[in-house]
Amino acid sequence: MSFDAEFRNQQFKSVGSRPLRPDGIDKVTGRARYGADFNMPGQLVGRVLRSPHAHARIVRIDTSRAEAVKGVKAVVTAADLPDLTNGDAELLHILDNCMARTKALYDGHAVAAVAAIDAKAAREALKLIEIEYEVLPHVVDVDAAAQSDAPLIDETLFTGGVEPKPAKPSNVANRSEFGHGDVDAGFAQADVIVERSFRTEQAHQGYIEPHACVASCNPDGTADMWVCTQGHFVYRQICADLLGLEVSKLRVTSSEIGGGFGGKTHVWAEPVALALSRKAGRPVKLVMSRDEVFRASGPTSATSIDVKIGARKDGTITAAVAHLRYTNGPYPGMWAELGAMTSFACYDLENVKTVGYEVLVNRPKVAAYRAPSAPMAAFAVESAIDELAGKIGMDPVAFRIRNAAKEGTKSSYGPVYGPIGIGPTLEAAQSHPHMSAPLGPNQGRGMACGFWFNFGGQTCTDLNVNADGTVTLAVGTVDVGGSRASLSLIAAEELGIAYDDVKAVVADTATLGYNDMTDGSRGTFSSSMATISAARNAIDVMRHRAALTWDIPVEDVVWEDGHAKARGENYGNLAPLSVKDIAAESGKTGGPIAGHSELVADGAGVSFATHICDVEVDPETGATRIIRYTVIQDAGKAVHPSYVEGQYQGGAAQGIGWALNEEYIYGEDGRLQNPGFLDYRIPVCSDLPMIDTQILEIPNPNHPYGVRGVGETSIVPPLAAIGNAISNAVGVRMSHIPMSPPRIRAALDGGAGS
Amino acid sequence: MRYERPETIGDATALLASAKGRAFVLAGGTDLLVRMKSDAFEADMVVDIKAVAGMSDISETADGFEIGAAVPCAALGEHAGLVAAWPGVVEAANLIGSTQIQGRCTMSGNLCNASPAADSVPALVAAGARVRIAGPDGTRIVPVEDVPQAPGKTTLKKGEFIAAILLPKPAQRSGDAYLRFTPRTEMDIAVVGVGVQLALDAKGVVETARVALGAVGPKVVLAEQAADTIIGTALDDAALEALAEACSAASNPIDDKRGTAAFRKHVAGVLARRAAKIAYERAGGK
Amino acid sequence: MASVSVSTTLNTDEVEFLCQADETLLDVLRNRLGLMGAKEGCGTGDCGACSVIMDGRVVCSCLVLGAEAQGKTIETIEGMAQGSELHPLQKKFIEHAALQCGVCTPGFLMAAKALLDANPSPTEEEIRFWLAGNLCRCTGYDKIVRAVADAAAEMRGEAS
Repeated sequence: MSFDAEFRNQQFKSVGSRPLRPDGIDKVTGRARYGADFNMPGQLVGRVLRSPHAHARIVRIDTSRAEAVKGVKAVVTAADLPDLTNGDAELLHILDNCMARTKALYDGHAVAAVAAIDAKAAREALKLIEIEYEVLPHVVDVDAAAQSDAPLIDETLFTGGVEPKPAKPSNVANRSEFGHGDVDAGFAQADVIVERSFRTEQAHQGYIEPHACVASCNPDGTADMWVCTQGHFVYRQICADLLGLEVSKLRVTSSEIGGGFGGKTHVWAEPVALALSRKAGRPVKLVMSRDEVFRASGPTSATSIDVKIGARKDGTITAAVAHLRYTNGPYPGMWAELGAMTSFACYDLENVKTVGYEVLVNRPKVAAYRAPSAPMAAFAVESAIDELAGKIGMDPVAFRIRNAAKEGTKSSYGPVYGPIGIGPTLEAAQSHPHMSAPLGPNQGRGMACGFWFNFGGQTCTDLNVNADGTVTLAVGTVDVGGSRASLSLIAAEELGIAYDDVKAVVADTATLGYNDMTDGSRGTFSSSMATISAARNAIDVMRHRAALTWDIPVEDVVWEDGHAKARGENYGNLAPLSVKDIAAESGKTGGPIAGHSELVADGAGVSFATHICDVEVDPETGATRIIRYTVIQDAGKAVHPSYVEGQYQGGAAQGIGWALNEEYIYGEDGRLQNPGFLDYRIPVCSDLPMIDTQILEIPNPNHPYGVRGVGETSIVPPLAAIGNAISNAVGVRMSHIPMSPPRIRAALDGGAGS
Repeated sequence: MRYERPETIGDATALLASAKGRAFVLAGGTDLLVRMKSDAFEADMVVDIKAVAGMSDISETADGFEIGAAVPCAALGEHAGLVAAWPGVVEAANLIGSTQIQGRCTMSGNLCNASPAADSVPALVAAGARVRIAGPDGTRIVPVEDVPQAPGKTTLKKGEFIAAILLPKPAQRSGDAYLRFTPRTEMDIAVVGVGVQLALDAKGVVETARVALGAVGPKVVLAEQAADTIIGTALDDAALEALAEACSAASNPIDDKRGTAAFRKHVAGVLARRAAKIAYERAGGK
Repeated sequence: MASVSVSTTLNTDEVEFLCQADETLLDVLRNRLGLMGAKEGCGTGDCGACSVIMDGRVVCSCLVLGAEAQGKTIETIEGMAQGSELHPLQKKFIEHAALQCGVCTPGFLMAAKALLDANPSPTEEEIRFWLAGNLCRCTGYDKIVRAVADAAAEMRGEAS
């Protein structure tokens, strides 16, 4: 049955309310089971040996001494994960990242793994694996890596996206370009031009739960895996591909997930755990340490970005250009491309050009991190926009409003926008009380805007109406922050029943059709669409059952307020049948009642936000305190407003951490110096103020309830909002993220923006 | 590895002295257990001294305070007499780690871990604190600044451990203070730490002063020349400026993941100025 | 490696266990006693996800040896609710949406309980500094601080 996803304005009963989440009690009593909280009979302890070198050829691996350790049941290397990728380069890179094949490409790159009866034996075995390395020159800096004389990460790589094909290999994997108009003509019309260069350091998603899984391979080719992931169906597919398993024979169950933010969309140790289990013939539990999480999973790109923007004195931007270089880790990705697409997405520009360069370095493979690539581009662009507004003497909000994209604008990355929220968030900022709050000495205010695409994707949902009229909703998108509550609200709304009568669960891969990851802010957007569709299908079944009960044509049965009603003068004395009424009789009227849905959720509405931030800078030490913070973002429709606010606040907090303190610090030897929460400084409770939120609702025309994704955009504006606030407070314009105390001190001493 | 929990000082030193391989003293464990987590860590014995009599007591003596080696830092802040006498020392100790760490960590452990960034050490040095070291040959008492030798290395000999920290009775019209700089408000290691203790004459002129700097060299720095800059002054702006300059000059830091050398030198001066003002006010200066 | 025999009071029950000398209390709770509520987020005392209350003080169980539990009284998240009656902090965390992924939640609840046991009327600043050893990456802490303040008010008998 085709599904009509068009937005229809309606009065909601459940959607928009704030009920208690269904998984709340398990999570406050310690009963919720995360990745490391699951055990299987006879399970072994898995451990991974990692390269201490940033770049080294693996000359020889001898595992014999490790295998001889009492209690060791399996040792695996790349030889135990043969290349079954059949020419699929992307898949081969995933395999190589899970277990280095010929070269270790970064400090922390897996080179071997063991499974043993306990942690002590596993630890001893790791120490006895002998590896002979030929250490190679390394490069970790994005600009250094892009130079023609840089050590090559991959000697077979030639820059893509340029004509003619380069004669020499390079660490620049690809060039991408977006935009329209004639930027040179645009700059010629400008009265004022700002041209600046920016750098941002590499940040990690910093989820509190390390990666963990339990893998169990059976001799008949079947296998089970329990894992913390943002997408168990995708993990299943990739693991099956890498290990040569049949998809149907690998059953993956997603645990409760202790944070992901994009970092748990990529497989790391899961194929290794399966390989260990296959070799040992026993289940293997593999849990990363925090050190391993930092050295070998995540992170986002480090970047180097040049921005040039010109405007007329009346405040019209005439041209905008950005060149963006993003680290990818040792394998090609599309991180700079995403940066190039998002750079100027907030604005209605006649002449715009962005160019992205994917740069390979000896750092861990870059993973998605909440609106991946957008925060760095926004830092550069929104800092330059702020400076430009100052130079032409316009209020920064008014300047942005003047240039804001609107419905019908051709975006800088191509598509033409439908109804969007950038203008409304800016106008809300302009009139927000935060804007007139008093500022003290050394305090300053800044604001910035942010954009994220949002995604839809493949989605499959089952809705079962039980005999007592309660509903079980099985979804395939992992619940990362309250989506079981939101989706229960959706089902309740569509069926016209109480929220408490719906129980949502995340189904495993054997019990539901394929679902894409919970990423791209798609969880609630896409699964709510599938839930509405499934509910409508169930309603259709219930209408038929009512018609059967009443013995009237189904066309005369309508569904209103959670009841089947007979429509027509002849049926005046037929009392409406509730879901419970119909369900109670289902055994006699045709059996179980269910609605199923599978769809590709198209039309994820783009998302915009405006943030306002007040800081206080201690000019003597360069320390910055966030003293007031406001997030204004378009949600389309906030299904469960508390968890929408939570997404806004959480993204802002991550952006604040990145802006001020978080960074990967590498030594001269190319080794990561701060792989722990002590020196990779994510914000602690006493670092932050309350984070005020304002939810705007500009309906997404492509969702029945107007829902847009809300999860990611909130991390995009903080870097620039804080940079602009620091500039406002102490008069120095920061060009290097994080804006740590030593960098602010150096800038105050006259080092430009350092 | 063996776990031992002796109940007397004699038993503890005997165990430590007899250990064939590496033996470690366990008090709060907040540094030791982190080290144990590393795959490179090997130990033959851990000697938990918390059951040894007196190790968990704070006693007020005729000479001042005696703080048992296993007293968690949180308990220092709960001891009204100690807080009144040595607010800077207590504040420094209470800056170490989180609430959770506070419930376990000890000043003795902070000292024996021998990190140049240890928060309580500059405050203790500024306060003129000493330690009582128990060993196979009896006890000896040494100034706090003589315990650390280099990062991760102390002057304690095999079989020895710190049994107590001894704080003198504060002089009349004296005060102490400790300030550190960290990028976060909590859960951080000092990028720079400064302890100041001073005593005033009846007119509010600084009579004696001790200034100690943390995280600006391989071990805590007792900055005597810096202290001299404020002795004989009423801590006017010129004296504070001289103090700041002297502290920056006394600093010999390195660039590392926690801060640059230039930043540390500068901030050492800033914090010395601020800490001295607090100590001065605590001493009754106006 | 010799095992150590330990008797302790765990959530008001007398418990005995054997552990290795170098085994942490966190590992004992999770791997020997089946209490999985305390989580290992870092293993180095930097995240607070493994917080338990030992003799009245909140500690990171990853920085306590199992052997040190001898003779102690230990409270974990599993003992926080009285039967089916949730502690006010547990209720308020759910009501205020003070958790998203929830992996840090047991640690926050133990730390917050220790706070309210010691200080029934904490200010926002006192709450924030007390909880600074508990990392949360999802919420930005806003709703957690509100939940703790609201639970404190309820426990003081004030209407929220």
